[in-house]
Amino acid sequence: MSALRTVKSTEFDLLAVRKDFPGLHQKVHGKPLIYLDNAATTQKPKAVIEALNRFYTADCSNVHRAVHALSDRATKSYEDARTIVKQFINARSEREIVFVRGATEAINLVMNSYARPRVKAGDEILISALEHHSNIVPWQLLSEQTGARLVIAPINEAGELILEDFERRLGPKTALVAVAHVSNALGTVMPVHEIVRMAHARGVPVLVDGAQAVPHEHVDVGALDCDFYAFSGHKVFGPTGIGVLYGREDLLEGMPPYQGGGDMIRSVTFEKTIYNELPYKFEAGTPHIAGAIGLGAALDYVSQIGIDRAAAHERDLLNYGTELLSAIHGLRLIGTAPEKVGVLSFVLDGVHPHDVGTVLDRDGSAVRAGHHCAQPGMQRFGVPATTRASLAFYNTKAEMHALANGIRRVQKLFAA
Amino acid sequence: MLRNMNDIADLYQELIVDHSRRPRNFGRLEHATHRAEGFNPLCGDKVKVYVNLEEDVVRDVSFEGEGCAISKSSASLMTESIKGKSKAEVERLFSRFRDLATGMADADQADLGKLAVFSGLRGFPARVKCATLAWHTLRAALEDKSGVVSTE
Repeated sequence: MSALRTVKSTEFDLLAVRKDFPGLHQKVHGKPLIYLDNAATTQKPKAVIEALNRFYTADCSNVHRAVHALSDRATKSYEDARTIVKQFINARSEREIVFVRGATEAINLVMNSYARPRVKAGDEILISALEHHSNIVPWQLLSEQTGARLVIAPINEAGELILEDFERRLGPKTALVAVAHVSNALGTVMPVHEIVRMAHARGVPVLVDGAQAVPHEHVDVGALDCDFYAFSGHKVFGPTGIGVLYGREDLLEGMPPYQGGGDMIRSVTFEKTIYNELPYKFEAGTPHIAGAIGLGAALDYVSQIGIDRAAAHERDLLNYGTELLSAIHGLRLIGTAPEKVGVLSFVLDGVHPHDVGTVLDRDGSAVRAGHHCAQPGMQRFGVPATTRASLAFYNTKAEMHALANGIRRVQKLFAA
Repeated sequence: MLRNMNDIADLYQELIVDHSRRPRNFGRLEHATHRAEGFNPLCGDKVKVYVNLEEDVVRDVSFEGEGCAISKSSASLMTESIKGKSKAEVERLFSRFRDLATGMADADQADLGKLAVFSGLRGFPARVKCATLAWHTLRAALEDKSGVVSTE
């Protein structure tokens, strides 16, 4: 805590938080880095970097196998991380927490092990028009393999799901609903509680892609009552290559393994293999042990600074940034849902997002220019691409100012 | 600060901004003998190149499409640079242009005429593909390749 300021424990100490992220304190092209590409990946706090370092320095060994001390420590840290995840998202049991590579693998696991054995030709998978490619393409693969049909629930001009249209598309043929909790391209918070309620009323299970929600708000899978919840570690200040599939225990229990190999078995003979219990049935091979431990450290860090406090700061920041950008003549914000988090996606009259991104980069601001792996969603707005500034709780109002000034410089450069 | 804006000004030189805003030879070429379509899946940029080739010489050329300032101005300046040139000359010009864009050759050595304005690209490796999309598409058109040319 700063000696110059007294900060109440209920207050969000932005300065202290920024000090925890070494990656933020660097210059790019001679200017202080303004990192606004958090929807792509977040910077990592020291706690995560140190946890990785500690594992590889002191505890490096495999899990669930040997009888030696290092393996004991590694196994304990790995399983502790699972407990941290369980508590963070309020799952009932560690058996419901499967470590995977990321949200993409989590969705593919559900597609392969849950949907494919059940889905018949003519069945429907219902998704929204705002999905990331990772929640579109697996269902297209499933459709090709089974003859199922992909059904899309549309969005309105503000970038919100039209709930009545969603409900109309739920029918006797709907086998599964798969929706993002938060849109990566626009930041729209989807009405997932209503979606789950509507789907469950018709006996349809729901997968929620939470990759963009977990870093921004308190996620409670118990209260949400969804059947599956997927997220990536690296978007919530953890390492890359690790993620989580939460699944309701009774559903996971009835699903065949996703991959075969070591650790997912109880006994193997050439005649018959007996699978391991949950969640190990779904964790074939040596897992990303360091990654899981790093993710545990990341979630502990977020809990310690307080996700609700961080979210309140982010809300302020988003409102502030929205005001600043809305005041720029010739700028159009794409995605203006009242319920949104963390994303300022925009187009500038007469300037392509790629050029905006290049000029802002030379200004020190890291933003994303492109279709954000959500091409169908972008088409809805008649734009092939946008420039996207995406926020995390370590961003500041001064950075919002710098972004707005940078955009004005872009306009000046390309002024007619 | 000044240094940075200079870097940016190296890339977005006046001629580039001008051609991006008012592209020359823009639009469909009726009775084109050769045509091809190019696509950069990373940014969604699309370009169509039309060529009228007579006895291996580019008599006329035009392009259509949408894209960033670099891709549009590059397509525009390309069409201006290749009129009246033979296929072999176009091929040599492209090779020199690519060397310039990737920093393999200096502008004064490359004998590129107006195309030398793209020398600033060497500081922006992420943008080289924007500048070469039209050229790859042109080559596909001249070689009568069917299908869409992709930068990826």
